[in-house]
Amino acid sequence: MSTIAPQFRLSRFIGSLFDIIFWVLLLFSLIGLPVVFIILFYIKMPIINHQLLTPYLALTWMADPSRTLPIIKTLLHTTFFHVIAFPGFGFAALLAAATIFVERKFLAKIQLRVGPLYCGKIEGILQLMGDGLKLISKEIIIPAKADKPIFWVGPLLFLGTAAALVSLIPVAPGGWVVANPNVGLLAVFATIGFFPIITVLTAWAANNKWTFIGGLRALHQMIAFEIPLILSLLSIVILTGTLNLTQIVESQQHFWWIIFAPISAIVFFICIIAELERVPFDLPEAESEIVAGWLTEFSGMMYGLIQLGTYLKLYAFAGLFTVLFLGGWNGPSVWPQFPADIVTQGITIGPITAKIAGLPLFDQEMLNGTLWFVIKTVGVILMILLPRGVFPRIRIDMLLHTGWYKLIGLAFINIFIALGLLYAGVLGPGGLIQ
Amino acid sequence: MTTPLPPGIQLEKVDDRIMTLNVGPQHPGSGHMRLIIKVDGDYIVSCDPDPGYVHRGEEKMAEYRNYIQNIPHLERPVIHDSCNVLYPYCLAVEELLGIEVPERAKYIRVIASELNRCIYTLYWLAIYGIFLGHSTMFMWPAGDRELFIDLLEAMSGARVTHAYLVPGGVRNDLPANFEERCLRQVDYFEKRLKEYQAIFYKNPLLISRTEGTGILSRTDAIRLGTTGSVLRASGVDFDLRKKEPYDVYENLDFQTVVMKEGDSYARSYIPYLEMFESCRIIRDAIRKMPKSGSVRTKLKPNPKGGNDEVYKRVESGRGSLGYYIVSNNRPEPYRVKISVGSFRNLICMPYLLKGELLGNMPSVYWGLNYWPVEADR
Repeated sequence: MSTIAPQFRLSRFIGSLFDIIFWVLLLFSLIGLPVVFIILFYIKMPIINHQLLTPYLALTWMADPSRTLPIIKTLLHTTFFHVIAFPGFGFAALLAAATIFVERKFLAKIQLRVGPLYCGKIEGILQLMGDGLKLISKEIIIPAKADKPIFWVGPLLFLGTAAALVSLIPVAPGGWVVANPNVGLLAVFATIGFFPIITVLTAWAANNKWTFIGGLRALHQMIAFEIPLILSLLSIVILTGTLNLTQIVESQQHFWWIIFAPISAIVFFICIIAELERVPFDLPEAESEIVAGWLTEFSGMMYGLIQLGTYLKLYAFAGLFTVLFLGGWNGPSVWPQFPADIVTQGITIGPITAKIAGLPLFDQEMLNGTLWFVIKTVGVILMILLPRGVFPRIRIDMLLHTGWYKLIGLAFINIFIALGLLYAGVLGPGGLIQ
Repeated sequence: MTTPLPPGIQLEKVDDRIMTLNVGPQHPGSGHMRLIIKVDGDYIVSCDPDPGYVHRGEEKMAEYRNYIQNIPHLERPVIHDSCNVLYPYCLAVEELLGIEVPERAKYIRVIASELNRCIYTLYWLAIYGIFLGHSTMFMWPAGDRELFIDLLEAMSGARVTHAYLVPGGVRNDLPANFEERCLRQVDYFEKRLKEYQAIFYKNPLLISRTEGTGILSRTDAIRLGTTGSVLRASGVDFDLRKKEPYDVYENLDFQTVVMKEGDSYARSYIPYLEMFESCRIIRDAIRKMPKSGSVRTKLKPNPKGGNDEVYKRVESGRGSLGYYIVSNNRPEPYRVKISVGSFRNLICMPYLLKGELLGNMPSVYWGLNYWPVEADR
């Protein structure tokens, strides 16, 4: 059967959107509203401010921006929101999902294919959702002789560690970071150090030769590249004199550290590709040699969790590269200023003038910073994805040789350059260039 | 005292450091076969190829069918190279039955078999790419195969198993405007081949990974009886199209590609360079082909071979491929023996893999130009 790509038609797409809206409204009014009213009939409503809280009153309050906006604004600055939504898991997972989609289309264009095409009408944009549903609906198979507790907990640990890495990345000025310890960079190193342990544990627990070999390869690879990774970041620490990631970003208001530490940036970039087990360093998952490496025995959503963790890790490393070398959220102000008279004069729409307290929800600096951070991070992510289209897999001896000989030496060179700049009084605390 | 073992079973003493890996038949890096590999750390101590999972008894089946009925099933061992697989069979049967082949049919046969060689080599190259983890090199050749598949579809009507070559010529004449279309696609394909070189063969990672691994010296290559691209990669100038030219190959202008290194890189590079030669052959054959004439000699119904035996071989995508046919005055052959290049190249795999890293296994294995289904027949 030959498959021909359907032509995307805007009219048909809009028509289908109207279809969906029609059915949602119909089902809501026929089933949803009666159910709500049946439930409300049996519930005794409370009295607030001498008013009986009817659904009508609740809807009125919800529609009143002067009541809801302060609540939302307070919610935005809670730790809960930070962890769940914006600089934390939700934001990272959204970027990770976008990364997966972009990777598939991007690779397909390199390889003269079309990539995902059918799921979701526009260029297969819902393909990831379909894949996720497939993974959830699949059976989870545990090998008979596996060490079951460790095997079960492995994917969760992997995802949790990746999310811990995400929580350390400062996204925007004004405290938009989940955790901001004074030793942030040290915390990053400590979190990265967990990955080889989890990998080896799960590989050993699966009780399979291929996972065992894959786990050992991952262990060798991660340890060989962790040392140059840490060394490459030391020059940044020397230049800034701090381990706090937010302060490192703030120190780059006038110039990016990639200008003074280009070798470190290259070493760090190669190391993150190796840490992420991406092409050309995808030895732990080399399918023509060791099936799927340490992921061989995972099935269903356990595999899905590990994939999610991998892409969170990808986002975290790309964000780290942005924060350390590309100036984080710093960038020219492109986001338009929020009109100040809305707060004082109110919005005038025809005859109605509404004064809304609590605006703006986000200040201009934060939106501008987020925009620049996302642009830079997406650029780094694309650079990390690119080798997959052009490189074959490297061999283990060449990998270890690269890690232990070349990258460590290169990282040291940049440390000496940084020390030279520091002691010459050019950079660093109290230097000529601030 | 342990219990005595049942007869026919013996225990093997294995060092604690040694781990035995069964690569295949359920493994993405094996074909329809198994490699029993013993590794010490990451080094391969011994390798024992175990083919035979797709043995289909083609030779025995051929004894129950007459010479024409044998055509479709004998191309099944390598469906991607079906013209070259049928070529020696047709040559042998023609000699057995004493048939003259028209001049135009000979050229068409050469064109078809060279197109098919390109199809096979592109498929092989695609697998080679994905074995080394280069996914672009998997997609590009798999897509460019379509050019030649379309051409052969226009010639024969089938996309994969063409059954185009028959004793006495080819099944049908070329379609209208075929020459022009073929030349256009060959021109385009040569441009694409240069892009392959840029992304794959000049890739520093590929070179560092395959150069100097799995070296097969010239003497070893001859002593182990290898053939085809493996033999030519070890510096032996042996191509049946030049050395024992069949049909019209002696009239055509092409060269044998030989490299001296004998390593994995040379073994992967030779088939690629031969695709350029295939393009040259196709172009030359189209130029020299008689523009009209018969393409098939009519056979007698149900022809009988004499009390005779004949051996014919051609250069297929995987080396020399020979048919030994014995007939005994009956419409069916008495015995058909297929001598394939794949199986002979497989023999040198234990020698090549010993002492190599496990990471070199895919490149050495697939560089041998081995097709498991053909080896099992």
